[in-house]
Amino acid sequence: MLRLDKVSKIYRVGAFGGKALLAVNKVSFEVHKGQVVSLIGESGSGKSTIGKMILRLLKPSEGKITYNGEDIGGFEGEALKNYYRQVQGVFQDPFSSYNPIFKADRIFRVVHEEFFPQVSAAEWGERVEKALSSVGLNPAHVLNKYPHQLSGGQLQRFLIARALLLNISFLVADEIISMLDASTRIDVLNLLADLKAYGLSILFITHDLSLAYYISEQAVILYKGNVAEQGAVEKIFNNPLHPYTRMLMESVPRLDRKWEKGVRLVDRDVENLRTGCPYYQRCPVAEPRCALSQPPLVEVEQDHWVACVHYESGADVLKPPALAG
Amino acid sequence: MGLKVENLTVYYQTLRGDVRALEHASFQLADGEIMGLAGESGCGKPPLGHSLIVLFPPMKYIAGRVEVDGEEIPIWDAEGMNTYRFRKISLIPQYAMNAMNPIRKIGKMIGELLEARGVDYKDMLPELKRRLDLVSLPHEVLNMYPIELSGGMKQRMVMVISSLLNPSLLIADEITSALDVATQKAVAEMLVEFRERQFINNLIVITHDISILYQIADSILIMYAGVLAEKAPTKSIIESPRHPYTRLLISSLPEVGVRFAEKRLMGIPGNPPLLLNPPAGCRFRERCPLAYERCLEEPPFIEVDKDHFVACWKEYENHAQAR
Amino acid sequence: MKKRSEVLYFTLRNKKLLIGSGIILIFLILALIGPSFTQYKPLDYASPRGAEPPSAKFWMGTTFFGQDVFSQFVNGLRATFVVGLLGGGLGTLVGMLIGFTAGYRGGIVDEILNAFTNIVLVIPTLAVLLIIAAYLQVRSLMMECLFIGLTAWPWAARAIRAQTFSLRTRDFVDLAKLSGMKPLRIIRDEIAPNMMSYLVLVFILQFGGAILTAATLDFIGLGPTNTISLGLMMQYAVLWGALPFGMWWWFVPPGLAITAIVGALYSMNVGLDEIFNPKLREI
Ligand SMILES: Nc1ncnc2c1ncn2[C@@H]1O[C@H](COP(=O)(O)OP(=O)(O)OP(=O)(O)O)[C@@H](O)[C@H]1O
Ligand code: SF4
Ligand code: SF4
Ligand SMILES: [Mg+2]
Repeated sequence: MLRLDKVSKIYRVGAFGGKALLAVNKVSFEVHKGQVVSLIGESGSGKSTIGKMILRLLKPSEGKITYNGEDIGGFEGEALKNYYRQVQGVFQDPFSSYNPIFKADRIFRVVHEEFFPQVSAAEWGERVEKALSSVGLNPAHVLNKYPHQLSGGQLQRFLIARALLLNISFLVADEIISMLDASTRIDVLNLLADLKAYGLSILFITHDLSLAYYISEQAVILYKGNVAEQGAVEKIFNNPLHPYTRMLMESVPRLDRKWEKGVRLVDRDVENLRTGCPYYQRCPVAEPRCALSQPPLVEVEQDHWVACVHYESGADVLKPPALAG
Repeated sequence: MGLKVENLTVYYQTLRGDVRALEHASFQLADGEIMGLAGESGCGKPPLGHSLIVLFPPMKYIAGRVEVDGEEIPIWDAEGMNTYRFRKISLIPQYAMNAMNPIRKIGKMIGELLEARGVDYKDMLPELKRRLDLVSLPHEVLNMYPIELSGGMKQRMVMVISSLLNPSLLIADEITSALDVATQKAVAEMLVEFRERQFINNLIVITHDISILYQIADSILIMYAGVLAEKAPTKSIIESPRHPYTRLLISSLPEVGVRFAEKRLMGIPGNPPLLLNPPAGCRFRERCPLAYERCLEEPPFIEVDKDHFVACWKEYENHAQAR
Repeated sequence: MKKRSEVLYFTLRNKKLLIGSGIILIFLILALIGPSFTQYKPLDYASPRGAEPPSAKFWMGTTFFGQDVFSQFVNGLRATFVVGLLGGGLGTLVGMLIGFTAGYRGGIVDEILNAFTNIVLVIPTLAVLLIIAAYLQVRSLMMECLFIGLTAWPWAARAIRAQTFSLRTRDFVDLAKLSGMKPLRIIRDEIAPNMMSYLVLVFILQFGGAILTAATLDFIGLGPTNTISLGLMMQYAVLWGALPFGMWWWFVPPGLAITAIVGALYSMNVGLDEIFNPKLREI
């Protein structure tokens, strides 16, 4: 349904845009109908950049994003508006998503004016109330308030309700629960899962592995804009292969297991490394050849792809090199 | 002797009246204890942490006393606290990244800081270098400007500075929330190492991420709406919480290995009360599934088991019966 | 609701703003109703004697030529407010146009507009005016407003551009784009309202700046030729020896008024800044 084909994004940074920053490098994946795909990576790995490219807020420098087979880069005017009828986003910071000087429910009015001018005010009011109820909010309690009078969880649900009013089929959810409290988090997450059951596809951007595992079928592990590992969530979580994924799984704080002691933190001096594996600098099991060329993404078992020299032949799947020691 | 807090009450002054951000907080830390402080936003974590180090407007001291190693700390006296800051009590602020003067070289800044406390930089230098080694920072950072450091490096740098004079109590305020999991783990483990090496005696880690506390804290204090709800050894809080709020909070945490399709987790319905005019009695009353008439009175924070304190009438009664 | 009353609360408590706007109001009233209290036209030779100190007939005395200073003063005040309003308003408008476009579009558009702004910034205003003055025999107040507006906008544009730049990266702007809003509407409905306080400040500063520039131009003889203004009054006073002859009533009122108005505007500016910026509030 939504497909990224070798999508890259280069930012011009520095004085006069003299330097190039490769924020996303040839990332490909596909999101099918009713599927949740998690995009996982540390801060700065390019997750939001991918989300914004899908939402047409940024243009890819290379590659193509297609929606139902059509290149979204070609959408203009009415076609773009039509795209936004089906594809919407919710962002990380619920407070920054609202214009602080207007009441929060203005976001619904804007949708009304822009997309449904033919619908009467009374009917629109009904639709808004229905959408709010379906995200678990009591319209009487939350309408007619300023953003600072509502909680983060309520604001985040407002945004989801806004997307529902458009009857969308694809949602980019960019770290939408990282600013919420533990108890509200799970409600928003459950809400997404319920929507998925009705056929909504979701790109779930997060740096929290447990959340990704809770809600998604597919995962893409991103490191510095490159895909390290991707495929079915169970396979990646139960059998993480890429050294970066394994480090992530190992350091995520869990309530059922204490951190393992004595895992080496590597920091190689790679001043001018232009070629080679992006993870070379921090990889505890790197080999000299890793610095020479970037390992390709290889399918090591069905629906499980890894970009690391240790799995180039698809072998050794069951005994990854030890990280500790 | 550790830390002893008695009946600490701190309000925020606003135009519309006092926000009762922290009330009747009483607890103790044993020697060497690392305590985690957790709860939802607006539950009173920052007021508790900050009032121990700098109590400035709009925060207002109302009542209570604080003892560190048996010595009373004048937390209501911003001037008098100067003697204790860094030496007895120190803080790693939430946005440590921005806490450093951007136009001063780090070494110079530390020098000024030490001078203000009558300590000679030269004398301190060997120890400073040893600690940089400990947190895997190269000695060159002393000749660098804060902007030249990455987020994780800055965080470690501030950790070293805050603990340089071996304060008895160190408060770490949400220091891991902006870091990725690998750096998070490294920073958290270094904090424990500081205690192990007796740079510090007690550590209070303020965070909303309970699973980090499970990794490093000896005990956890759960706050709700400006009052203490429960304090117990980490294992008890995670495995056998007693306060209804703690129980709901713990059960709402998604774990690696839990999937929506198999098990639907539940949040806590409702919102925390506004602290401008908090409801009388137990502040969790409106969201508590067990609430009954007695909860209209404020429950006392009592020890129901060894080192296990709870403020809940249900637990109070169970405890009274058991005796 | 709450926010409104908070702003009101601080507004009423802010001395700088209250004093500043009080002074402006007094002068404004004087400019509006003053002319109806005198039967003399500002440039008429009302008294045969001239150079009289203030009296019951001529409240502020007369000029060297016997013109009524009071009439000149209140009419000059009018001209001053017109210059401030139109010149400052025009400067603010052009600044908004350029600043919003550059800040919102970014990229190459921004670079071009930035270069243009810098060029206008370094053009020597006086030289241009001298050339214009040489070509035109009769200069009007409106032309002065136009000229001031068209030369004073660059720093306003810069300030607005910087603000727009930071606002357009906010999530609510992205959300507006996702709602299919057109750029113009995003600037008008999402970005500008957030800068309202800032735009007011810009306008106040442009207003004050325009008054000062006009006074300077008038004083050095490049002002309008067919009306009176506070700057012109000062020019004539100095030109005809008000200083050596001790005719203080001729030059003190316009000088004081300009200083007071500009001072009051800046005081308002600081006061407003404190109200809009909670960090500067005195609790
Ligand atoms: N507008 C921009 N101009 C220049 N560089 C940018 C811009 N936006 C992002 N970057 C850079 O691109 C990289 C990827 O950023 P991105 O925001 O996509 O990361 P992310 O994975 O979403 O991180 P986070 O978890 O912190 O949100 C970062 O190095 C960032 O500094
Ligand atoms: S390719 Fe080499 S450096 Fe990269 S992850 Fe694999 S072992 Fe490590
Ligand atoms: S005191 Fe009552 S309301 Fe409060 S937590 Fe206990 S049972 Fe619930
Ligand atoms: Mg992001």
